[in-house]
Amino acid sequence: MFGLDKKDTSMLIIVACLTLFAPFILNPFPTDSAMAQFNAGYPDLMQRFVIFGIFAIGFNILFGLTGYLSFGHAAFLGAGSYSAVWMFKLVGMNVIPAILLSVIVAGLFALLIGFVSLRRSGIYFSILTLAFAQMSFNLAYSVLTPITNGETGLQLTLDDPRILGVSATADGSIPVTSLFGLEMRSTFEMAIGPWAFQFNVGYYLCALILLAAFYLSIRIFRSPFGMMLRAVKSNQQRMNYTGLNTRPYTLAAFVISGMYAGLAGGLMASMDPLAGAERMQWTASGEVVLMTILGGAGTLIGPVLGAGFIKYFENIFSKINDNVLHSWFSFMPDGMEDALVFIVHPFIGKGWHLTLGILFMLVVIFLPGGLVEGGQRIKGWLSRRKAKDSNTSGETNPAE
Amino acid sequence: MSEFDASRRRVLKTGAIAGAGVALPTIFTASSAAAFTNEPTGGTVTLGFNVPQTGPYADEGADELRAYELAVEHLNGGGDGGMMNTFSSKALQGNGILGKKVEYVTGDTQTKSDAARASAKSMIEKDGAVMITGGSSSGVAIAVQGLCQEAGVIFMAGLTHSNDTTGKDKKANGFRHFFNGYMSGAALAPVLKNLYGSDRTAYHLTADYTWGWTQEESIAAATEALGWNTVNKVRTPLAATDFSSYIAPVLNSGADVLVLNHYGGNMVNSLTNAVQFGLRDKVVNGKNFEIVVPLYSRLMAKGAGANVKGIHGSTNWHWTLQDEGSKAFVKSFGTKYGFPPSQAAHTTYCQTLLYADAVERAGTFNPCGVVEALEGFEFDGLGNGKTLYRAEDHQCFKDVLVVRGKENPTSEFDLLEVVEVTPRAQVEYAPDHPMFAGGNLGACNPGA
Amino acid sequence: MDAILLQILNGLDKGSAYALIALGLTLIFGTLGVVNFAHGALFMIGAFCAVTLQRILNLSFETVDETQTDFLGNPLKVKTPYVEAWFGPEVGGSIIDWAVPLAILFAIPIMIGVGYVMERGLIKHFYKRPHADQILVTFGLAIVLQEVIKYFYGANPIQTPAPDALNGVMNLGALIGMDIIYPVWRVVYFFFAVLIIGGIFSFLQFTTFGMVVRAGMADRETVGLLGINIDRRFTIMFGIAAAVAGLAGVMYTPINSPNYHMGMDFLVLSFVVVVVGGMGSLPGAVLAGFLLGVLESFASMNEIKSLIPGIDQIIIYVVAIIILLTRPRGLMGRKGVMED
Repeated sequence: MFGLDKKDTSMLIIVACLTLFAPFILNPFPTDSAMAQFNAGYPDLMQRFVIFGIFAIGFNILFGLTGYLSFGHAAFLGAGSYSAVWMFKLVGMNVIPAILLSVIVAGLFALLIGFVSLRRSGIYFSILTLAFAQMSFNLAYSVLTPITNGETGLQLTLDDPRILGVSATADGSIPVTSLFGLEMRSTFEMAIGPWAFQFNVGYYLCALILLAAFYLSIRIFRSPFGMMLRAVKSNQQRMNYTGLNTRPYTLAAFVISGMYAGLAGGLMASMDPLAGAERMQWTASGEVVLMTILGGAGTLIGPVLGAGFIKYFENIFSKINDNVLHSWFSFMPDGMEDALVFIVHPFIGKGWHLTLGILFMLVVIFLPGGLVEGGQRIKGWLSRRKAKDSNTSGETNPAE
Repeated sequence: MSEFDASRRRVLKTGAIAGAGVALPTIFTASSAAAFTNEPTGGTVTLGFNVPQTGPYADEGADELRAYELAVEHLNGGGDGGMMNTFSSKALQGNGILGKKVEYVTGDTQTKSDAARASAKSMIEKDGAVMITGGSSSGVAIAVQGLCQEAGVIFMAGLTHSNDTTGKDKKANGFRHFFNGYMSGAALAPVLKNLYGSDRTAYHLTADYTWGWTQEESIAAATEALGWNTVNKVRTPLAATDFSSYIAPVLNSGADVLVLNHYGGNMVNSLTNAVQFGLRDKVVNGKNFEIVVPLYSRLMAKGAGANVKGIHGSTNWHWTLQDEGSKAFVKSFGTKYGFPPSQAAHTTYCQTLLYADAVERAGTFNPCGVVEALEGFEFDGLGNGKTLYRAEDHQCFKDVLVVRGKENPTSEFDLLEVVEVTPRAQVEYAPDHPMFAGGNLGACNPGA
Repeated sequence: MDAILLQILNGLDKGSAYALIALGLTLIFGTLGVVNFAHGALFMIGAFCAVTLQRILNLSFETVDETQTDFLGNPLKVKTPYVEAWFGPEVGGSIIDWAVPLAILFAIPIMIGVGYVMERGLIKHFYKRPHADQILVTFGLAIVLQEVIKYFYGANPIQTPAPDALNGVMNLGALIGMDIIYPVWRVVYFFFAVLIIGGIFSFLQFTTFGMVVRAGMADRETVGLLGINIDRRFTIMFGIAAAVAGLAGVMYTPINSPNYHMGMDFLVLSFVVVVVGGMGSLPGAVLAGFLLGVLESFASMNEIKSLIPGIDQIIIYVVAIIILLTRPRGLMGRKGVMED
């Protein structure tokens, strides 16, 4: 189907199911239960899952295939966000032109940075990209404030021109982002017994774009171009000795992955029209590296999993406080309840960084191939249990 | 996979039936059954406390959170009632808000506008928070205020000192109890004139982002009006940790006052560096060299240690104040946590009480009702004397404290002493003052 | 002229910190081939050794003073440090005053221990793993370390002053007839850094141990084949690198009050320094550290800022880009190291 082989098709279908039914999958607990704290099926977080998924997929096209580790990819995400918000400010609230512009701007920006940075390889390349991104961040935060609105981030205001739209709605508010009138924020809420599921227009737009992006990335991975990039990774020197200039290929990969980042940035701004400078900071660039490695660099689905993993911890664990803990453990005798709260306390709320750090270490130590390897091991373990004699553990290697 | 599919289909089917049966509340859209976003329907109401829990302002965020928990306890009738007893409005009964028990959710702003908005959004979309409050920097406050305006909930700003929060970025659904850069300037300038005379040359070091700029502008304008001369305004990168290369040029600039428009870690480091370079022992133009830190905070003063001694600045509130409200607040906070509250804790406690009181007086949680109840509201007994929530820009007007680093602190909390309580009239300004112009409050948005 | 000299001093001072951290990073990278993202955290732990010693020296017992009241109106509990009670206020006070220099002695064993445990417990298992994995695991470790520190010490900066005797300013220009006022502690810091850097270089250059390590850096396998237990030596080098970062942190505390994320603040910068210096080159790391420090200081001069607004925000990165584009392997990098 779609020019994919059977395995890729089934993977695409799995991803499609996961994203389309995410409002159900991510809300497994009834709304009023104590476990509802772990529900992630609300529009903002679902949007973040897929947007960062797109970002990580794009990053993986560069890092997973060519091995070039860019430490400045957040710059393209930031550039994309800023261009999208400027479109909302100047032209109108339709998301299509904003997303298009953000992809184009990020692509051009990536072309420029990639052209310079790809003159070096290895860690020298990493530091060059880091330097460009940090420059962008520092300037966006200070000197470029007229364009970026600095610390606060670029926001919409009531007196933006919006030549193809209105500056303010009839009731005096800022208009909202929409796709030809279909508001990004409108949410359909469905209550089934104690469960409540939210279906958000913006999320589904992001999800469809994620599917397209994922499909494109499969095609790239399986194409001769992808093969060429992998050859660069395994031995660039040999490629050069055969008289082949690898630069155009790596540059193309860099620009494509920059455009993915721009797309993610544009979507982010479309869901929530604000572009903050910290989106370009090195920590943001580092985050996408972590997502990719954590999920499984070079695999197709890994980066998406990694993105979901990190965003889940950031948004869910940071919101657990002692009060919540007490309500969980309230069925226990007092002394035990307090003891448990005391033990768990450092890892939740303001300690969510600690939990994340520990999990990073555990995953890298025990699952060198990232979360994808974890999944494969579980799968292998299950199939071994089904048929003890058949040797199936090695059947699914990551796509690298 | 196939098993899963079957159960999913079943869910879908049930969903369709249930969907047909019940009214479908949608959030964020105009076609809704609810009167406003997150209308509390049960016996409880949820407030969202969005404070920095990681990053450089985590301690300040922790103190804000303590104050919020205390406020919730008092609203629900627990504890000794704190400032509810001294508050001039007596609408609050100690039985929650409008009879509904107050519950809260917490989140981490990370002092990043993006993360703060994500956290606030999850409170609104997932937890059904009807009011968001908190924050420890102006960028975050402005970003979250914008979000709350769009979503149709009330935003009660925490610690934010930039003029823009209630200036060019003001929003109808947003309210600020904390003071701002202009007020700092207006309160400090006369004190500085009395202390250091009117013939001074000032050198500004300013954190290079919007808050820093508005404060620099405010202080420079206020001091220049007294006859001071501003010799240079130098912007320093936010990420700077070592300020030596910015301090060194001050030595030979001819300036005799250094104004540090820095906050948090920046302020601790720049002040420490300035003292290291011996600026305080210098005599320039026949006058003692002086350092001014316009926005003081006790938590930061602690980081700078002995370097703050004798250095003047302004603050929103300080625990040594002796009015009834402050005493009651310090007592209940101190009894519960064992140390006195910071100004961040005070402002967030007040904001929670003010919101609850406004709901009580309006008789509804509807943001538009709350806005109406808060606009032009005049009250007393919350530690700052007679205070007005001005209708034009949703800024509180109250006395501003000028403080000085204490020479002989008796405890680790006793770092600042109040030099003067600048009366409210002196720090007031017109809503269309140039430093605050350009914004538009817009209309209150109840969401839904 | 004074202004320029002052900025050179400032730059050398900043450069000292960069150079010390970069030196340790390069040592670890050169010997073990590991990219250590937790190196900033080691710097931070060093700084908190000073904070901890200060706290230990300030351990106090409480006596109730009925004549004074605390903020709640209860009788004030007056704290007296044990040290002052044992040695008398005079001697005890000066011991507390000298907490930071004393912390050097305190920090060396702790840092070597931390380095040893880190290498044996974690890093060892990552020699054969890709650099990306090393980055991820050490980054995770850095987060864990800094969060642990935050849990115990809070997020706010903690004041750790230099001893009174070293707290003032001195006139460095007196000899050459100029007026260059400079803080004493910063001069101390610079000479301390020079001492440590000199020490490391002579250790590697003039001792048998150092010779073996250098040989191992150049060709690990051959040295191993010669029957030398190179691994053990590398572990010791890791401990030494950790100690260098830790000492840089201890001595840095009076310059800027330490906080839990100071390691992250230095991490990116120190990587830029290492790479600009050239991967695997110790002199390169030191040279790049001082060079970037001085250039950063110059860029923050008003005259230069008025020519190019915002240059002080980006100078480090601009310099890094220019150097990496003109010299493929940084200032003194070796060919083939970390290039693929």
